[in-house]
Amino acid sequence: MPITEILFWALSAAAIIAALLVIFSKNPVHSVLWLIVVFFAISGHYVLLNAQFLAIVNMIVYAGAIMVLFLFVIMLMNMNADQEPNKSKWMKIAGVLSGGSLMLLLVASLKNSQAIAGGGDAGIGLIQQLGKTLFSEYVVPFEISSVLFLSAMVGAVILGKKEKNLTEADSTN
Amino acid sequence: MIDVWFGLEKLLLIGAIISFSLVVAMYTTFAERKIAGFMQDRRGPNRAGPFGLLQPLADGLKLFFKEEIIPLTSNKSLFVVGPALAMLTAMLTSAVIPWGNQIEIAGRTVSLQVADVNIGILYVFGVVSLGVYGIMIGGWSSNNKFSLLAAVRGASQIISYELAMGLSLISLLLMTGSLSLKTIVEQQMQGGWGGLLGWNILYQPFAFLIFLICVFAECNRTPFDLPEAENELNFGYHQEYSSMKLGLYLFSEYVNMFISSAVVSTLFFGGYDIPFVNEVELANSIGVNMVALLGFLTFFAKIAFFLFVFIWVRWTIPRFRYDQLMDLGWKKLIPLALANLLITAVVILALNK
Repeated sequence: MPITEILFWALSAAAIIAALLVIFSKNPVHSVLWLIVVFFAISGHYVLLNAQFLAIVNMIVYAGAIMVLFLFVIMLMNMNADQEPNKSKWMKIAGVLSGGSLMLLLVASLKNSQAIAGGGDAGIGLIQQLGKTLFSEYVVPFEISSVLFLSAMVGAVILGKKEKNLTEADSTN
Repeated sequence: MIDVWFGLEKLLLIGAIISFSLVVAMYTTFAERKIAGFMQDRRGPNRAGPFGLLQPLADGLKLFFKEEIIPLTSNKSLFVVGPALAMLTAMLTSAVIPWGNQIEIAGRTVSLQVADVNIGILYVFGVVSLGVYGIMIGGWSSNNKFSLLAAVRGASQIISYELAMGLSLISLLLMTGSLSLKTIVEQQMQGGWGGLLGWNILYQPFAFLIFLICVFAECNRTPFDLPEAENELNFGYHQEYSSMKLGLYLFSEYVNMFISSAVVSTLFFGGYDIPFVNEVELANSIGVNMVALLGFLTFFAKIAFFLFVFIWVRWTIPRFRYDQLMDLGWKKLIPLALANLLITAVVILALNK
Protein backbone atom coordinates (compact mmCIF):
# COMPACT_ATOMS: atom_id res chain seq x y z
CA MET A 1 0.00 0.00 0.00
CA PRO A 2 1.52 3.36 -0.94
CA ILE A 3 2.19 5.74 1.90
CA THR A 4 -0.42 8.28 0.78
CA GLU A 5 -3.09 5.61 1.04
CA ILE A 6 -2.00 4.64 4.56
CA LEU A 7 -2.09 8.31 5.51
CA PHE A 8 -5.50 8.71 3.95
CA TRP A 9 -7.02 5.89 5.99
CA ALA A 10 -5.32 7.01 9.20
CA LEU A 11 -6.51 10.59 8.75
CA SER A 12 -10.03 9.49 7.85
CA ALA A 13 -10.25 7.27 10.92
CA ALA A 14 -8.92 10.11 13.11
CA ALA A 15 -11.41 12.57 11.61
CA ILE A 16 -14.41 10.29 12.08
CA ILE A 17 -13.51 9.19 15.60
CA ALA A 18 -12.83 12.76 16.68
CA ALA A 19 -16.07 13.93 15.07
CA LEU A 20 -18.00 11.31 17.00
CA LEU A 21 -16.28 12.38 20.20
CA VAL A 22 -17.35 15.98 19.51
CA ILE A 23 -20.95 14.85 19.69
CA PHE A 24 -20.67 12.34 22.52
CA SER A 25 -18.50 14.34 24.93
CA LYS A 26 -20.45 15.47 27.96
CA ASN A 27 -18.17 18.44 28.57
CA PRO A 28 -18.50 21.21 25.95
CA VAL A 29 -14.83 22.15 26.34
CA HIS A 30 -13.86 18.60 25.39
CA SER A 31 -16.17 18.85 22.39
CA VAL A 32 -14.39 21.97 21.19
CA LEU A 33 -10.99 20.34 21.60
CA TRP A 34 -12.07 17.27 19.65
CA LEU A 35 -13.40 19.57 16.95
CA ILE A 36 -9.90 21.01 16.68
CA VAL A 37 -8.60 17.48 16.16
CA VAL A 38 -11.14 17.09 13.35
CA PHE A 39 -9.81 20.26 11.71
CA PHE A 40 -6.28 18.91 11.92
CA ALA A 41 -7.29 15.68 10.26
CA ILE A 42 -9.04 17.60 7.49
CA SER A 43 -5.94 19.77 7.05
CA GLY A 44 -4.00 16.56 6.57
CA HIS A 45 -6.43 15.55 3.84
CA TYR A 46 -5.88 18.88 2.12
CA VAL A 47 -2.15 18.25 2.12
CA LEU A 48 -2.74 14.84 0.56
CA LEU A 49 -4.76 16.59 -2.15
CA ASN A 50 -1.82 18.93 -2.84
CA ALA A 51 -3.73 21.89 -1.41
CA GLN A 52 -1.10 23.07 1.07
CA PHE A 53 -2.36 26.61 1.22
CA LEU A 54 -5.88 25.50 2.03
CA ALA A 55 -4.53 23.14 4.67
CA ILE A 56 -2.60 25.81 6.50
CA VAL A 57 -5.34 28.43 6.19
CA ASN A 58 -7.81 25.90 7.56
CA MET A 59 -5.49 25.53 10.53
CA ILE A 60 -4.95 29.25 11.06
CA VAL A 61 -8.55 30.36 10.63
CA TYR A 62 -10.54 27.47 12.07
CA ALA A 63 -8.25 25.81 14.60
CA GLY A 64 -6.36 28.98 15.50
CA ALA A 65 -8.99 31.70 15.53
CA ILE A 66 -12.60 30.52 15.43
CA MET A 67 -12.12 27.67 17.87
CA VAL A 68 -10.32 29.97 20.28
CA LEU A 69 -13.38 32.21 20.31
CA PHE A 70 -15.58 29.15 20.90
CA LEU A 71 -13.37 28.18 23.82
CA PHE A 72 -13.54 31.72 25.17
CA VAL A 73 -17.31 31.70 25.26
CA ILE A 74 -17.66 28.20 26.66
CA MET A 75 -15.02 28.65 29.32
CA LEU A 76 -16.57 31.88 30.56
CA MET A 77 -20.11 30.52 30.62
CA ASN A 78 -19.36 28.27 33.59
CA MET A 79 -21.45 25.31 32.54
CA ASN A 80 -22.54 23.00 35.30
CA ALA A 81 -24.50 19.84 34.70
CA ASP A 82 -27.26 20.80 37.16
CA GLN A 83 -27.77 24.19 35.55
CA GLU A 84 -28.72 22.72 32.22
CA PRO A 85 -32.36 23.57 31.51
CA ASN A 86 -34.78 20.77 30.71
CA LYS A 87 -35.54 20.74 27.03
CA SER A 88 -39.09 20.01 26.00
CA LYS A 89 -40.06 16.98 23.96
CA TRP A 90 -40.88 19.14 20.93
CA MET A 91 -37.37 20.53 20.92
CA LYS A 92 -35.97 17.04 20.75
CA ILE A 93 -38.31 16.00 17.93
CA ALA A 94 -37.48 19.17 15.98
CA GLY A 95 -33.77 18.51 16.48
CA VAL A 96 -34.03 14.94 15.23
CA LEU A 97 -36.09 16.04 12.22
CA SER A 98 -33.76 18.83 11.14
CA GLY A 99 -30.64 16.75 11.72
CA GLY A 100 -32.13 13.82 9.82
CA SER A 101 -33.12 15.96 6.86
CA LEU A 102 -29.62 17.49 6.73
CA MET A 103 -28.15 14.00 6.61
CA LEU A 104 -30.61 13.00 3.88
CA LEU A 105 -29.54 16.00 1.85
CA LEU A 106 -25.85 15.21 2.30
CA VAL A 107 -26.29 11.55 1.38
CA ALA A 108 -28.39 12.46 -1.66
CA SER A 109 -25.85 14.95 -2.94
CA LEU A 110 -22.83 12.75 -2.29
CA LYS A 111 -24.37 9.53 -3.58
CA ASN A 112 -23.76 10.25 -7.24
CA SER A 113 -20.62 12.33 -6.92
CA GLN A 114 -17.39 11.02 -8.34
CA ALA A 115 -14.24 10.69 -6.32
CA ILE A 116 -11.35 12.87 -7.41
CA ALA A 117 -8.64 10.49 -8.48
CA GLY A 118 -5.25 11.21 -6.96
CA GLY A 119 -4.34 14.74 -6.03
CA GLY A 120 -4.85 16.25 -9.46
CA ASP A 121 -2.14 18.49 -10.82
CA ALA A 122 0.77 18.75 -8.37
CA GLY A 123 0.89 22.54 -8.59
CA ILE A 124 -2.81 23.21 -8.46
CA GLY A 125 -3.12 23.98 -4.77
CA LEU A 126 -0.01 26.09 -4.46
CA ILE A 127 -0.37 29.66 -3.36
CA GLN A 128 0.85 31.04 -6.69
CA GLN A 129 -1.78 29.22 -8.73
CA LEU A 130 -4.46 30.04 -6.21
CA GLY A 131 -3.61 33.75 -6.18
CA LYS A 132 -3.61 33.98 -9.96
CA THR A 133 -6.95 32.24 -10.27
CA LEU A 134 -8.48 34.23 -7.46
CA PHE A 135 -7.40 37.58 -8.85
CA SER A 136 -8.16 36.93 -12.51
CA GLU A 137 -11.03 34.50 -12.98
CA TYR A 138 -12.82 34.99 -9.68
CA VAL A 139 -11.93 38.59 -8.90
CA VAL A 140 -15.54 39.83 -8.73
CA PRO A 141 -16.85 37.21 -6.28
CA PHE A 142 -13.65 37.62 -4.29
CA GLU A 143 -14.09 41.38 -3.95
CA ILE A 144 -17.79 41.05 -3.20
CA SER A 145 -17.08 38.62 -0.38
CA SER A 146 -14.54 41.05 1.01
CA VAL A 147 -17.26 43.73 1.09
CA LEU A 148 -19.42 41.24 2.94
CA PHE A 149 -16.73 40.83 5.58
CA LEU A 150 -16.35 44.57 5.83
CA SER A 151 -20.06 45.00 6.43
CA ALA A 152 -19.94 42.33 9.13
CA MET A 153 -17.08 44.21 10.75
CA VAL A 154 -18.93 47.52 10.58
CA GLY A 155 -21.95 45.82 12.09
CA ALA A 156 -19.92 44.48 14.98
CA VAL A 157 -18.42 47.91 15.66
CA ILE A 158 -21.86 49.53 15.59
CA LEU A 159 -23.22 46.94 18.00
CA GLY A 160 -20.36 47.69 20.32
CA LYS A 161 -20.87 51.46 20.08
CA LYS A 162 -24.61 51.45 20.47
CA GLU A 163 -24.54 50.02 23.94
CA LYS A 164 -22.24 52.81 25.07
CA ASN A 165 -24.58 55.49 23.71
CA LEU A 166 -27.55 53.89 25.43
CA THR A 167 -25.86 53.86 28.81
CA GLU A 168 -24.86 57.46 28.33
CA ALA A 169 -28.47 58.35 27.51
CA ASP A 170 -29.61 56.42 30.56
CA SER A 171 -27.27 58.26 32.83
CA THR A 172 -28.39 61.67 31.58
CA ASN A 173 -32.06 60.86 32.02
CA MET B 1 9.41 3.59 -1.88
CA ILE B 2 10.52 5.60 1.12
CA ASP B 3 14.22 6.18 1.27
CA VAL B 4 15.39 4.72 4.57
CA TRP B 5 18.43 6.97 4.70
CA PHE B 6 16.27 9.99 4.06
CA GLY B 7 14.03 9.09 6.98
CA LEU B 8 16.99 8.40 9.26
CA GLU B 9 18.58 11.69 8.27
CA LYS B 10 15.44 13.62 9.08
CA LEU B 11 14.97 11.80 12.38
CA LEU B 12 18.52 12.59 13.41
CA LEU B 13 18.06 16.21 12.38
CA ILE B 14 14.82 16.54 14.33
CA GLY B 15 16.43 14.97 17.40
CA ALA B 16 19.42 17.26 17.12
CA ILE B 17 17.30 20.41 16.70
CA ILE B 18 15.02 19.55 19.61
CA SER B 19 17.85 18.75 22.00
CA PHE B 20 19.74 21.82 20.84
CA SER B 21 16.74 24.10 21.43
CA LEU B 22 16.21 22.62 24.88
CA VAL B 23 19.83 23.12 25.87
CA VAL B 24 19.81 26.68 24.55
CA ALA B 25 16.56 27.39 26.38
CA MET B 26 18.11 25.98 29.55
CA TYR B 27 21.06 28.30 29.31
CA THR B 28 18.83 31.22 28.37
CA THR B 29 17.30 30.94 31.84
CA PHE B 30 20.82 31.15 33.22
CA ALA B 31 21.68 34.09 30.99
CA GLU B 32 18.48 35.81 32.05
CA ARG B 33 19.39 35.60 35.71
CA LYS B 34 22.99 36.60 35.14
CA ILE B 35 22.07 39.61 33.00
CA ALA B 36 19.35 40.61 35.45
CA GLY B 37 21.98 40.39 38.18
CA PHE B 38 24.35 42.57 36.21
CA MET B 39 21.66 45.16 35.51
CA GLN B 40 20.62 45.30 39.14
CA ASP B 41 24.18 45.45 40.41
CA ARG B 42 24.32 42.03 42.01
CA ARG B 43 26.02 38.77 41.14
CA GLY B 44 23.26 36.46 40.00
CA PRO B 45 23.52 32.69 40.48
CA ASN B 46 27.14 31.73 41.20
CA ARG B 47 27.04 28.75 43.58
CA ALA B 48 26.48 25.66 41.41
CA GLY B 49 29.60 24.88 39.41
CA PRO B 50 32.14 27.41 38.05
CA PHE B 51 30.42 30.81 37.58
CA GLY B 52 27.16 29.08 38.46
CA LEU B 53 27.16 27.27 35.14
CA LEU B 54 25.42 24.22 36.58
CA GLN B 55 22.55 26.34 37.90
CA PRO B 56 20.07 25.37 35.13
CA LEU B 57 20.73 21.68 35.86
CA ALA B 58 20.11 22.27 39.54
CA ASP B 59 16.89 24.13 38.74
CA GLY B 60 15.72 21.33 36.49
CA LEU B 61 16.50 18.65 39.07
CA LYS B 62 14.67 20.60 41.71
CA LEU B 63 11.57 20.82 39.51
CA PHE B 64 11.72 17.11 38.68
CA PHE B 65 11.95 16.03 42.30
CA LYS B 66 9.21 18.28 43.62
CA GLU B 67 5.89 16.82 44.62
CA GLU B 68 3.39 16.83 41.84
CA ILE B 69 -0.03 18.11 42.83
CA ILE B 70 -3.12 17.91 40.68
CA PRO B 71 -5.88 20.00 42.26
CA LEU B 72 -8.93 18.02 43.32
CA THR B 73 -11.44 20.14 41.43
CA SER B 74 -9.41 20.52 38.27
CA ASN B 75 -10.22 18.87 34.98
CA LYS B 76 -7.55 16.21 35.30
CA SER B 77 -6.97 15.12 31.72
CA LEU B 78 -6.83 18.67 30.41
CA PHE B 79 -4.69 19.73 33.34
CA VAL B 80 -2.03 17.33 32.08
CA VAL B 81 -2.54 18.17 28.40
CA GLY B 82 -2.05 21.93 28.93
CA PRO B 83 1.71 22.09 29.60
CA ALA B 84 2.38 19.38 27.02
CA LEU B 85 0.59 21.44 24.38
CA ALA B 86 2.48 24.57 25.36
CA MET B 87 5.80 22.79 24.88
CA LEU B 88 4.70 21.05 21.68
CA THR B 89 3.60 24.24 19.94
CA ALA B 90 6.79 25.93 21.05
CA MET B 91 8.89 23.25 19.37
CA LEU B 92 6.83 22.77 16.19
CA THR B 93 8.01 25.92 14.42
CA SER B 94 11.61 24.68 14.33
CA ALA B 95 10.66 22.31 11.48
CA VAL B 96 10.64 24.98 8.78
CA ILE B 97 13.62 27.07 9.89
CA PRO B 98 16.72 26.58 7.73
CA TRP B 99 19.45 26.04 10.32
CA GLY B 100 22.22 26.13 7.76
CA ASN B 101 23.08 25.30 4.21
CA GLN B 102 23.42 21.68 3.14
CA ILE B 103 26.25 19.45 4.28
CA GLU B 104 27.76 16.44 2.53
CA ILE B 105 28.17 13.14 4.33
CA ALA B 106 29.53 10.15 2.39
CA GLY B 107 28.45 11.58 -0.94
CA ARG B 108 24.95 12.44 0.22
CA THR B 109 23.77 16.03 0.34
CA VAL B 110 21.91 16.63 3.56
CA SER B 111 19.84 19.77 3.98
CA LEU B 112 19.95 21.32 7.44
CA GLN B 113 16.24 22.03 7.35
CA VAL B 114 13.62 19.51 8.38
CA ALA B 115 11.03 20.53 5.81
CA ASP B 116 11.44 23.10 3.06
CA VAL B 117 7.73 23.63 2.51
CA ASN B 118 6.80 26.37 0.08
CA ILE B 119 4.42 27.91 2.61
CA GLY B 120 6.96 28.10 5.42
CA ILE B 121 5.84 31.45 6.83
CA LEU B 122 2.20 30.45 6.83
CA TYR B 123 3.20 27.32 8.72
CA VAL B 124 4.86 29.53 11.32
CA PHE B 125 1.66 31.54 11.66
CA GLY B 126 -0.39 28.39 11.93
CA VAL B 127 1.72 27.09 14.79
CA VAL B 128 1.77 30.48 16.51
CA SER B 129 -2.01 30.65 16.41
CA LEU B 130 -2.13 27.24 18.09
CA GLY B 131 0.11 28.50 20.89
CA VAL B 132 -2.99 29.91 22.58
CA TYR B 133 -4.30 26.48 23.51
CA GLY B 134 -1.57 25.59 25.98
CA ILE B 135 -2.33 28.73 27.98
CA MET B 136 -6.11 28.54 27.69
CA ILE B 137 -6.43 24.85 28.51
CA GLY B 138 -4.01 25.13 31.41
CA GLY B 139 -5.73 28.18 32.82
CA TRP B 140 -9.24 26.84 32.49
CA SER B 141 -8.62 23.30 33.71
CA SER B 142 -7.00 24.60 36.92
CA ASN B 143 -10.48 25.66 38.04
CA ASN B 144 -9.16 28.85 39.56
CA LYS B 145 -10.51 32.32 38.82
CA PHE B 146 -7.11 33.94 38.58
CA SER B 147 -5.81 31.25 36.26
CA LEU B 148 -8.86 31.62 34.02
CA LEU B 149 -8.55 35.41 33.93
CA ALA B 150 -4.89 35.13 33.04
CA ALA B 151 -5.64 32.55 30.36
CA VAL B 152 -8.29 34.77 28.78
CA ARG B 153 -5.88 37.69 28.87
CA GLY B 154 -3.14 35.66 27.26
CA ALA B 155 -5.38 34.32 24.55
CA SER B 156 -6.83 37.69 23.58
CA GLN B 157 -3.36 39.22 23.59
CA ILE B 158 -1.98 36.55 21.27
CA ILE B 159 -4.94 36.79 18.89
CA SER B 160 -4.70 40.58 18.74
CA TYR B 161 -1.00 40.70 18.01
CA GLU B 162 -1.16 37.93 15.42
CA LEU B 163 -2.94 40.37 13.10
CA ALA B 164 -0.27 43.04 13.18
CA MET B 165 2.38 40.34 12.90
CA GLY B 166 0.83 38.93 9.74
CA LEU B 167 0.31 42.36 8.19
CA SER B 168 3.88 43.43 8.87
CA LEU B 169 5.17 40.34 7.15
CA ILE B 170 3.03 40.78 4.05
CA SER B 171 5.10 43.80 3.06
CA LEU B 172 8.19 41.61 3.35
CA LEU B 173 6.56 38.91 1.27
CA LEU B 174 5.74 41.45 -1.44
CA MET B 175 9.48 41.96 -1.81
CA THR B 176 10.60 38.36 -1.64
CA GLY B 177 7.75 36.88 -3.65
CA SER B 178 8.16 33.60 -1.83
CA LEU B 179 6.82 32.05 1.35
CA SER B 180 9.62 29.54 1.70
CA LEU B 181 12.07 30.49 4.44
CA LYS B 182 14.94 28.84 2.59
CA THR B 183 14.27 30.91 -0.54
CA ILE B 184 14.06 34.06 1.56
CA VAL B 185 17.48 33.35 3.06
CA GLU B 186 18.98 32.56 -0.33
CA GLN B 187 17.64 35.81 -1.77
CA GLN B 188 19.27 37.76 1.05
CA MET B 189 22.59 36.02 0.40
CA GLN B 190 22.67 37.48 -3.12
CA GLY B 191 23.19 41.04 -1.85
CA GLY B 192 26.43 43.04 -1.93
CA TRP B 193 29.15 42.90 0.74
CA GLY B 194 28.85 39.14 0.98
CA GLY B 195 25.11 39.31 1.52
CA LEU B 196 24.97 42.11 4.08
CA LEU B 197 23.35 44.57 1.67
CA GLY B 198 20.71 41.99 0.82
CA TRP B 199 19.39 41.64 4.36
CA ASN B 200 15.72 42.50 4.56
CA ILE B 201 16.20 44.73 7.60
CA LEU B 202 17.68 47.37 5.27
CA TYR B 203 14.57 47.42 3.09
CA GLN B 204 11.88 46.78 5.66
CA PRO B 205 12.93 48.38 8.95
CA PHE B 206 9.34 49.21 9.86
CA ALA B 207 8.14 45.71 9.23
CA PHE B 208 10.98 44.48 11.41
CA LEU B 209 10.06 46.80 14.24
CA ILE B 210 6.39 45.83 14.18
CA PHE B 211 7.27 42.17 13.86
CA LEU B 212 9.65 42.34 16.80
CA ILE B 213 7.07 44.01 19.03
CA CYS B 214 4.51 41.39 18.08
CA VAL B 215 7.00 38.62 18.80
CA PHE B 216 7.46 40.00 22.29
CA ALA B 217 3.70 39.94 22.75
CA GLU B 218 3.36 36.42 21.35
CA CYS B 219 6.02 35.12 23.71
CA ASN B 220 4.30 36.76 26.70
CA ARG B 221 7.50 38.58 27.52
CA THR B 222 7.77 41.86 29.37
CA PRO B 223 6.45 44.51 28.58
CA PHE B 224 3.57 42.29 27.46
CA ASP B 225 3.64 39.63 30.18
CA LEU B 226 0.13 40.41 31.40
CA PRO B 227 -0.93 36.75 31.68
CA GLU B 228 1.69 36.48 34.41
CA ALA B 229 1.07 39.82 36.07
CA GLU B 230 1.70 38.66 39.61
CA ASN B 231 0.50 41.82 41.28
CA GLU B 232 -2.94 41.45 39.70
CA LEU B 233 -3.30 37.71 39.18
CA ASN B 234 -1.20 36.12 41.91
CA PHE B 235 0.93 34.08 39.54
CA GLY B 236 -0.90 33.77 36.26
CA TYR B 237 -2.34 30.92 34.26
CA HIS B 238 0.06 28.35 35.72
CA GLN B 239 -0.73 29.14 39.35
CA GLU B 240 -2.04 25.68 40.24
CA TYR B 241 0.83 23.86 38.58
CA SER B 242 3.71 22.33 40.42
CA SER B 243 6.77 20.22 39.73
CA MET B 244 7.81 19.69 36.10
CA LYS B 245 4.41 20.70 34.71
CA LEU B 246 5.13 24.20 35.92
CA GLY B 247 8.65 23.68 34.58
CA LEU B 248 7.28 22.92 31.13
CA TYR B 249 5.24 26.11 31.12
CA LEU B 250 8.15 28.26 32.24
CA PHE B 251 10.49 26.44 29.91
CA SER B 252 8.24 26.71 26.87
CA GLU B 253 8.53 30.49 27.15
CA TYR B 254 12.28 30.21 26.68
CA VAL B 255 11.94 27.74 23.82
CA ASN B 256 9.49 30.18 22.25
CA MET B 257 12.01 32.98 22.63
CA PHE B 258 14.71 30.90 20.99
CA ILE B 259 12.55 29.87 18.06
CA SER B 260 11.20 33.39 17.53
CA SER B 261 14.73 34.77 17.56
CA ALA B 262 15.55 32.22 14.88
CA VAL B 263 12.55 33.33 12.82
CA VAL B 264 13.45 37.00 13.15
CA SER B 265 17.07 36.33 12.15
CA THR B 266 15.92 34.23 9.19
CA LEU B 267 13.46 36.77 7.88
CA PHE B 268 15.32 40.01 8.45
CA PHE B 269 18.98 39.26 9.15
CA GLY B 270 19.95 36.82 6.45
CA GLY B 271 19.59 33.60 8.41
CA TYR B 272 22.78 31.56 8.05
CA ASP B 273 24.36 34.16 5.73
CA ILE B 274 27.85 35.18 6.84
CA PRO B 275 28.30 38.92 6.27
CA PHE B 276 31.27 40.12 4.17
CA VAL B 277 31.89 36.56 2.94
CA ASN B 278 30.92 35.05 -0.38
CA GLU B 279 29.80 31.57 0.66
CA VAL B 280 30.20 29.99 -2.78
CA GLU B 281 33.86 31.05 -3.09
CA LEU B 282 34.57 30.05 0.48
CA ALA B 283 33.09 26.60 -0.15
CA ASN B 284 35.61 26.04 -2.94
CA SER B 285 38.54 26.63 -0.60
CA ILE B 286 37.49 25.04 2.71
CA GLY B 287 34.70 22.70 1.69
CA VAL B 288 30.93 22.71 1.96
CA ASN B 289 30.75 21.23 5.44
CA MET B 290 32.96 23.88 6.99
CA VAL B 291 30.91 26.65 5.36
CA ALA B 292 27.74 25.06 6.70
CA LEU B 293 29.26 24.95 10.18
CA LEU B 294 30.38 28.59 9.96
CA GLY B 295 26.96 29.56 8.61
CA PHE B 296 25.27 27.80 11.50
CA LEU B 297 27.55 29.55 13.99
CA THR B 298 26.72 32.91 12.39
CA PHE B 299 23.05 32.07 12.59
CA PHE B 300 23.45 31.14 16.23
CA ALA B 301 25.27 34.40 16.95
CA LYS B 302 22.31 36.31 15.48
CA ILE B 303 19.89 34.24 17.57
CA ALA B 304 21.96 34.85 20.70
CA PHE B 305 21.83 38.57 20.04
CA PHE B 306 18.04 38.53 19.88
CA LEU B 307 17.85 36.41 23.00
CA PHE B 308 19.90 39.11 24.69
CA VAL B 309 17.46 41.76 23.40
CA PHE B 310 14.58 39.78 24.91
CA ILE B 311 16.31 39.72 28.30
CA TRP B 312 17.53 43.30 28.03
CA VAL B 313 14.02 44.61 27.40
CA ARG B 314 12.57 42.52 30.22
CA TRP B 315 14.83 44.07 32.82
CA THR B 316 14.52 47.60 31.43
CA ILE B 317 10.89 48.31 30.60
CA PRO B 318 7.94 48.04 32.99
CA ARG B 319 4.77 46.22 32.10
CA PHE B 320 1.95 47.76 30.07
CA ARG B 321 -1.51 48.22 31.46
CA TYR B 322 -4.06 45.97 29.77
CA ASP B 323 -5.93 48.72 27.90
CA GLN B 324 -2.60 50.18 26.75
CA LEU B 325 -1.66 46.78 25.37
CA MET B 326 -4.86 46.47 23.35
CA ASP B 327 -4.58 50.08 22.25
CA LEU B 328 -1.05 49.54 20.97
CA GLY B 329 -1.98 46.36 19.15
CA TRP B 330 -5.17 47.42 17.45
CA LYS B 331 -4.89 51.19 17.04
CA LYS B 332 -1.18 51.71 16.46
CA LEU B 333 0.53 48.61 15.11
CA ILE B 334 -2.16 47.49 12.69
CA PRO B 335 -2.56 50.88 10.95
CA LEU B 336 1.23 51.25 10.86
CA ALA B 337 1.61 47.82 9.31
CA LEU B 338 -1.10 48.63 6.77
CA ALA B 339 0.59 51.91 5.83
CA ASN B 340 3.90 50.10 5.48
CA LEU B 341 2.23 47.53 3.26
CA LEU B 342 0.71 50.22 1.05
CA ILE B 343 3.98 52.11 0.67
CA THR B 344 5.87 48.92 -0.13
CA ALA B 345 3.32 48.00 -2.77
CA VAL B 346 3.50 51.46 -4.36
CA VAL B 347 7.30 51.44 -4.45
CA ILE B 348 7.43 47.96 -5.95
CA LEU B 349 4.93 48.96 -8.63
CA ALA B 350 6.84 52.17 -9.41
CA LEU B 351 10.17 50.34 -9.71
CA ASN B 352 8.74 47.67 -11.98
CA LYS B 353 7.32 50.16 -14.46
